[in-house]
Amino acid sequence: MDFDFTPEEQAFRAEVREFLAENLPPRAERGRGFMGEWLRKVRDKRWVGFSWPEEYGGGAGSLTEQAILKEEMALAGAPPLGTSFMGLAWVGPGIIQYGTDEQKQRFIPDILDSKVNWCTGYSEPNHGSDLAAIQTKAERVGDHYVVNGQKIWTTGAPWADWIILLTRTEFDVERKHDGITCLLVPMDSPGIEVRPIENMAGDRNFAEVFFTDVQVPVSNRLGEEGKGWAVTISALANERSSIGEVTQMFAKLESLKDLVRSTNRQGRPASDDPAVRRRLGEFEAKIAAMKYNGLRYLTKQLRGEPLSSETSVNKLHRASLEIEMDDFAVELTGLAGVQLPGSDEAVDGGRWARSSLGWPSVVIGGGTPNIQRNIIAERILGLPKD
Amino acid sequence: MDFGFSEEQNLLREQVLRFMTDACPLSVVRAQNGGLPRGLWQQAADLGWLALIVPEAHGGLGLKWIDLAVVLEESGRGLSPLPILSQALAATAIGRCAGDDVKREWLPKVATGDVVFGIGLYDDPTWIDAKGVGLAGGETLTGTKPFVSDAAGATHLLLATRNGERLGLAIVDAGDAALKAQPGIDRTKPFATVSLDRVEPVAAFAMSADDLAFLTDCGAVAATLEAIGAAEAVLALTSEYAKTRIQFDNPIGKYQGVKHRLADMFIDIESFKSLAYHAAWAIDDAPHELPRAASLAKAYAADAFARIGIDGVGLHGAIGFTAEYDAQLYLKRSKWVRSAFGDADYHYRRAASLGGL
Repeated sequence: MDFDFTPEEQAFRAEVREFLAENLPPRAERGRGFMGEWLRKVRDKRWVGFSWPEEYGGGAGSLTEQAILKEEMALAGAPPLGTSFMGLAWVGPGIIQYGTDEQKQRFIPDILDSKVNWCTGYSEPNHGSDLAAIQTKAERVGDHYVVNGQKIWTTGAPWADWIILLTRTEFDVERKHDGITCLLVPMDSPGIEVRPIENMAGDRNFAEVFFTDVQVPVSNRLGEEGKGWAVTISALANERSSIGEVTQMFAKLESLKDLVRSTNRQGRPASDDPAVRRRLGEFEAKIAAMKYNGLRYLTKQLRGEPLSSETSVNKLHRASLEIEMDDFAVELTGLAGVQLPGSDEAVDGGRWARSSLGWPSVVIGGGTPNIQRNIIAERILGLPKD
Repeated sequence: MDFGFSEEQNLLREQVLRFMTDACPLSVVRAQNGGLPRGLWQQAADLGWLALIVPEAHGGLGLKWIDLAVVLEESGRGLSPLPILSQALAATAIGRCAGDDVKREWLPKVATGDVVFGIGLYDDPTWIDAKGVGLAGGETLTGTKPFVSDAAGATHLLLATRNGERLGLAIVDAGDAALKAQPGIDRTKPFATVSLDRVEPVAAFAMSADDLAFLTDCGAVAATLEAIGAAEAVLALTSEYAKTRIQFDNPIGKYQGVKHRLADMFIDIESFKSLAYHAAWAIDDAPHELPRAASLAKAYAADAFARIGIDGVGLHGAIGFTAEYDAQLYLKRSKWVRSAFGDADYHYRRAASLGGL
């Protein structure tokens, strides 16, 4: 057991730090051209698609170096490595694993170069947590599929160029997981209508997406017909190291401590309140648990041992921290805590009030906490399925 | 970067697991009455477990707490009544605080198990710092030391003393003291009140407040390591029950009220396990990180294992409440773990202080 890095890994960390110091001006000084330049530079470093195979333009980097990169970027408050979060997180890896050569050449470079934005058409009005029960229909007609149906809660749909779409090509199946087919569909296809939905924070990031006789070439099918569930599972299981998130959480905890230091309650410093101190200790323990859980799981991967569903543990911790830290900040500061940006009385510019409304995008997307608990109970503890 | 155990450590783990299964199953654990099970102790000594963290120069194996961690975790899984924790604390205390003469004389006997230590640090059970040490030190010791762990089976007692602001540790021959065993919830973690009347310690040496904090942290980490195994045993027992107990035509583990609670147990155990491994590693390899690491691990485990102990009984229904069923034994251990070497409240607040608040 040791927490040391090899000389090569240390050199890589130094390289990342140096790059970030040179190319990451303070937020206020980042001009209009900054983002484009940033994306080009990190692409030149081959940090985009860091662990993807070299032949598809990826960085072929190791798991440990990837963790180092994410940690250093989070420490420096760096922007993401691409504009399409989903493209990099699971569409790209899914295409690399299941796509044809032609699909790889067609889609992967654009994802790496942030030329296209992807969204994910999984949930439907009647099928969210029970994802395998989807009903959006894709009917094979010659060299096309004709798609009819509706998706919902589709994050990024209002500005996405492409959607990775789960459809049903067979309805008469024994297992609902069979008969599902995964299609890659341009969002400007005739017959697609996007209706943004306003969330409780006032943002319009997600949408309903309607499909009416949308024609999709068979060559846009990802994986085999009727075997789309395997593609989905690999996408949902395309586990990202949680180390970047842990670093962000530690940074948020420090902001929370600053807030405690500058807050009086009943005329006394909040930092003297034993209950407040205990809560901060509890947050730190959970974040540290995420950190060391993540390192144990990384070690397993490095040793070539298969990861089971343990990574749901950190997802659940993150979910509860996302909710509880903001909720704590809002409570701590009394009615000032509920003031939004723009209020003269807002705390930290309304940051905490605003983020206390933002957690569902992290907590519910990708599987609700109760679904994560089902996964742990069924796959690790062997309890009967619901 | 390697946050996992070595092949040797995994072999040691299997050895302890085998010992607990074959020689010290729960039927044997239940038969204990607070004394030392001599035969088992000798086996543990023969297997080298008591010598693990004793330096080679003093007859030990010169390994680290992270090696001992494996022994504590697996013996905790079977609720071992052997005072390996107290013995390890004594080895650590003597190795850290005593002079060479004392080390030369005592550490080899700690390693062989010929000397068996009971240990008493705090007189005040809710005051985890130097002020919680009450017994007056000096050439001879007179007074009472409550909450001395594993005293009944010990040949010697290691007792914290104070002389004004100066702290010390005294080794006392158990035969020179009057011991009164006190009934506690967990019979595998026995206590006694020790009365001393002009007793001359067989050895005595100074201890700083930092030393006391270090020993307390080692104890907190050790209790947490034992709790990993014990909590996993509760989870295994209760999951198995949930798969086989049929109510309303289904195994109760199909119902989310049961299965989600079991999933939460898994999440908590995974988490305090990771924190405890890091803390155990820090004892030898990054002592400056130990206070924070120990507090985070012990705080998390104290609350989580207490809840697991309770729900392990509760999810079984009435059968869990019976003396015959094993779930109750783990609940009893969880009560001890809650308070041993500082509870969750103490350690969470300490973590906040160490974190700059």
